[in-house]
Amino acid sequence: MSKVGVFVCHCGRNIAHTVDIKKVLESIKDYEDVVHVEDSMYMCSEPGQTIIKEAIKKHDLDRVVVAACSKDMHEDTFRIVTKEAGLNQYLTEMANIREQCSWVHENKEKATEKTIKIIESTIEKVKRNQALEPYNVPVTRKALVIGGGIAGIQAALDIADAGYQVTLVEKDSTIGGKMAQLAETFPTLDCSQCILTPKMVAVGRHPNIQLLTNSEVENVDGYVGSFKVKIKKKPRYVIEEKCTICDDCVHVCPVIVHDEYNAGLSPRKAIYIAFPQAVPASYIIDPSTCLGIDPLICAKCKEVCDPKAIDFDMKAEFIEEEFGAIVVATGYSVYPYERIGEYGYGNIHNVVSGLEFERLLSANGPTQGVIRRPSDGNIPKIVVFIHCAGSRDPAKHLPYCSKICCMYATKHAMQYKHLVHDGVAINFYIDVRTAGKDYEEFYKRAAEEENVIYIRGKVSELLQDGEKVLIRGVNTLTSESIELHADMVVLATGLLPSEGTQEISNILKLSCDSKGFVKEAHPKLKPVETVISGVFVAGTASGPKDIPEAVAQASGAAAKAETILSSDFLERDPVIAEIDDLTCGICHTCIHVCPYGAIYYDENQNKVLVNEALCEGCGSCAAACPSGSIELRNSTYESISASIKALLRV
Amino acid sequence: MKDFEPKIIGFLCTWCSYAGADLAGTSRIQYPSNIRIIRVMCSGRVNPMFVVNALQQGADGVLIGGCHPGDCHYQHGNYQARRRITMMKKLLEFLGIEPDRVRMTWVSAAEGRKFAQVIEEVTEDIRKLGPMKQVRRKNEW
Ligand code: FES
Repeated sequence: MSKVGVFVCHCGRNIAHTVDIKKVLESIKDYEDVVHVEDSMYMCSEPGQTIIKEAIKKHDLDRVVVAACSKDMHEDTFRIVTKEAGLNQYLTEMANIREQCSWVHENKEKATEKTIKIIESTIEKVKRNQALEPYNVPVTRKALVIGGGIAGIQAALDIADAGYQVTLVEKDSTIGGKMAQLAETFPTLDCSQCILTPKMVAVGRHPNIQLLTNSEVENVDGYVGSFKVKIKKKPRYVIEEKCTICDDCVHVCPVIVHDEYNAGLSPRKAIYIAFPQAVPASYIIDPSTCLGIDPLICAKCKEVCDPKAIDFDMKAEFIEEEFGAIVVATGYSVYPYERIGEYGYGNIHNVVSGLEFERLLSANGPTQGVIRRPSDGNIPKIVVFIHCAGSRDPAKHLPYCSKICCMYATKHAMQYKHLVHDGVAINFYIDVRTAGKDYEEFYKRAAEEENVIYIRGKVSELLQDGEKVLIRGVNTLTSESIELHADMVVLATGLLPSEGTQEISNILKLSCDSKGFVKEAHPKLKPVETVISGVFVAGTASGPKDIPEAVAQASGAAAKAETILSSDFLERDPVIAEIDDLTCGICHTCIHVCPYGAIYYDENQNKVLVNEALCEGCGSCAAACPSGSIELRNSTYESISASIKALLRV
Repeated sequence: MKDFEPKIIGFLCTWCSYAGADLAGTSRIQYPSNIRIIRVMCSGRVNPMFVVNALQQGADGVLIGGCHPGDCHYQHGNYQARRRITMMKKLLEFLGIEPDRVRMTWVSAAEGRKFAQVIEEVTEDIRKLGPMKQVRRKNEW
């Protein structure tokens, strides 16, 4: 026999205007096991809370139902109230009579009747609840940051500055990411390298940061508080500490390949450093092209290396460590313009991507910051910038807007005008989207002060025409068709989730959205959390973003990670699965359905067990168990069946 | 038959459909009061026996609401639910119960309007099917 107290909220008039509260109280007070009913104008207010607390004590209640709004609004409030009154917080349930009743049903009679049913079914549920205590899991007070672009760098620095150990894992030979390839940044035209490299250096020498470049996360086990991570550190074949970046090796290396850092616009050797300010400041040998990994064929670099930094026998190292929290900052890749058939599949001379143009603009780029077109090295006099190249085109390409392309195309046009004063810059756009601080002003400056031409229209086709590129399209404001020749065309292509983002989502079992970006735990209220607790996301891994947003999100993710690292123990919700050994037939069905690997077979005990820290309480196992031996605490078969019965009672 | 008001039990997953139902409320979108909701953590929690239970206890229809495919908070609970419910509908048909009394739907937390629409539809569909007839075995032996 329970002693249930039912507290009905009027919510001002929000509930009371369609629900006859008096009638509800009259009906509920005679329901089985109910010993007390009471109403209040606002149950969540101080006086409302006092009503509950006093009633719990006075009537010695052992179960509480608060009929009010959705549990998402005030479940925590009423659990705390219950706890303060000396009753276990899991013995309180909310009946949602506002969002799912009074607000959606105008007919007072029907709404009142439904309210009574909702309350009765909640009473049936709460009667079957057990008192639970949140349990503690230990926390390894170290963070793992995956990805060393600006977001990863910022997150690592923030966590390290807060006093925690951080391991930063980067796939490439240096940190810096895409931002290190940019010339200037909109809307301030700051030099990208100048604002980025101090942060890179800070990472390199921060006592709390362990930097692992040329490394990849291979596997992650465990859960929030103690993720067990296996990291593969690929051989660099150059001993970082010994390399003095003298570049003697580069001169003798006979292998010439495309330089990724310069978007393939210049050559590099098989032994190389991505760019002079790379962190760590060390050369690396690219084993896929180097001849000397077998030193019998070529060991020229090794011969000339004075500090003896080259080691062809270096092997991959595997590092296994535990971390309390993880920040995923694996970034984006650029939509390949080779996929855009109407723009020549990348086969037209002098049609380049935004990133390639970025390198042409850079002082440390392949042309030392002089705009030269790839075909003949001449300075282009007419340059066309095409916005939304391969974006907002659900039929053929990316369906979405990548947010930054309008701005970077505007920046490119402006920078081009700064470098080639008599040049003509023409931007084709669908809409110019300038939703960022000072972005509209930047666009206005380009269009009004810097003589950048904007034509509203989509370019339907690009063709090679002698030395020029022929552009065909329509001006969608005047409906006139356009045909013009340009010396060079720059495609403002959109953003895709990077390969790393896809890999890590698989490893960590993160959910991704339809575009492949990491999905936030809640699109509005949990923008840096992922569905896996203890794993946070920063930067473009979760969708296209500009630099300030990526940095802000990184700091947000870092702060969230710090909350976990800030204590030795973590409280976990005890509403999880429980197995009844007596009836369990060890059929392993639950082991297969569990998305978290939280259920396992223990050979020694010959039992199937639940790892409490891994279980997220979804209840799939309970639904799948053929012998009904698994129950989800406080949401058991019996409890749900009783609720169904109560809802249908006539 | 005109006065027939179907009783429908809705199992909604807490992360998407239940939140969608809340949003319908916050947006004050009206829908028929025939639906009675039970919140579950995930549509994958819905044991087919709950559906049987509901039909047995007098429900005329059952709705299972989950996150959109690929969006389940627990990764693939909704796929499991879909398989189970598809199987279960076959079984219902075999037993002579109209399988259309049971329906699965995907409603996201942002789809308050869709939730209301689904409830309108389901209520109408079940109304057309009429009250659940009690299955009784004729003993012809
Ligand atoms: S949480 Fe919504 S279906 Fe799994």
